Amino acid sequence: MPLRRLLFLLPAAAFAGLLGYFVAALLNAERRDPSELPSAMLDQPAPDFALEGLGDKPGFARGDLAGQVVLVNFFASWCLPCKAEHPLLTRLAAAAGVPLYGVDYKDKPADAERFLGQYGSPFRAVGVDPGGRLGIDFGITGVPETFLIDKSGKIRFHRAQPLTPEAIDKEILPLIRALQQS
Amino acid sequence: MRALLGLLLAAWTASAALAVEPGERLDDPALEARARAISAELRCLVCQNQSLDDSNAELAHDLRVLIRERLKAGDSDEQVRQYLVRRYGDFILLKPPLQPDTYLLWFGPFALLLLGAAGVALYLRRRGRAAETPPAPLTPEERRKLAKLLAEDR
Repeated sequence: MPLRRLLFLLPAAAFAGLLGYFVAALLNAERRDPSELPSAMLDQPAPDFALEGLGDKPGFARGDLAGQVVLVNFFASWCLPCKAEHPLLTRLAAAAGVPLYGVDYKDKPADAERFLGQYGSPFRAVGVDPGGRLGIDFGITGVPETFLIDKSGKIRFHRAQPLTPEAIDKEILPLIRALQQS
Repeated sequence: MRALLGLLLAAWTASAALAVEPGERLDDPALEARARAISAELRCLVCQNQSLDDSNAELAHDLRVLIRERLKAGDSDEQVRQYLVRRYGDFILLKPPLQPDTYLLWFGPFALLLLGAAGVALYLRRRGRAAETPPAPLTPEERRKLAKLLAEDR
């Protein structure tokens, strides 16, 4: 067959390629949710803040996180997924070997205290963000969301969804280990 | 039926207008107009196909209030947009920015159009040239074949 004839097959080949790409993307759909956004805060320095604590307990500030690898979790007592996530968060805090700080997002302090009293607090300290401003500074779109901040204060991991055992074991814990050694 | 439609339409426009709550509005109409224009071009990150101006999500409310605060503090429109892009990424812009990683998005359709136009032009030129040049005269061999075929017909 002359080479010129092969040229006519080009559109069909291009179409087959596109089709293959779509099929692969569809079959991959479980792992890639299109509404899940890439975090703009990744590899950016964590925003500066100083949060009040719950009740008479102390809150925490950006300075308290300096020089160490820390986990920060945004939660709220009114948020059902947070309730579901809580056992995993407790497990993560125990296994991580780094402090876990909690930000109580747009919540009533009394409700949050009851929530933590009932389910136990995995947090080193809890700060309150009644207006949700720190949430916006961290670029969260809801609760729960979890961040991992390295020793230099940069955000190295951002999960905009409830934790899962896979996320903890395959992503967060290995990353914590790597960051602690650096 | 028409009354029902009218009612539905009224309900729909009312709910659309309600996204910006009275408490959010600024007293200065010029600032408020700028805030409306900015939030109409920003995406609500909770209901991702609505603008901040349209959305009733709580985060959209917070961001609308934030936009107005930044404007009152003297930020330019661009500064307000950058403030939000830094936190939420380019995805918050309903109109994608023109930058190297979006060139394919902006220029891809035109590139395809040009490619198609080039293909059509090439085809037409070749066809035109084929029509202009007269066919080559028959070789003696072909003449003999033709004469034989014509003779058979008779």
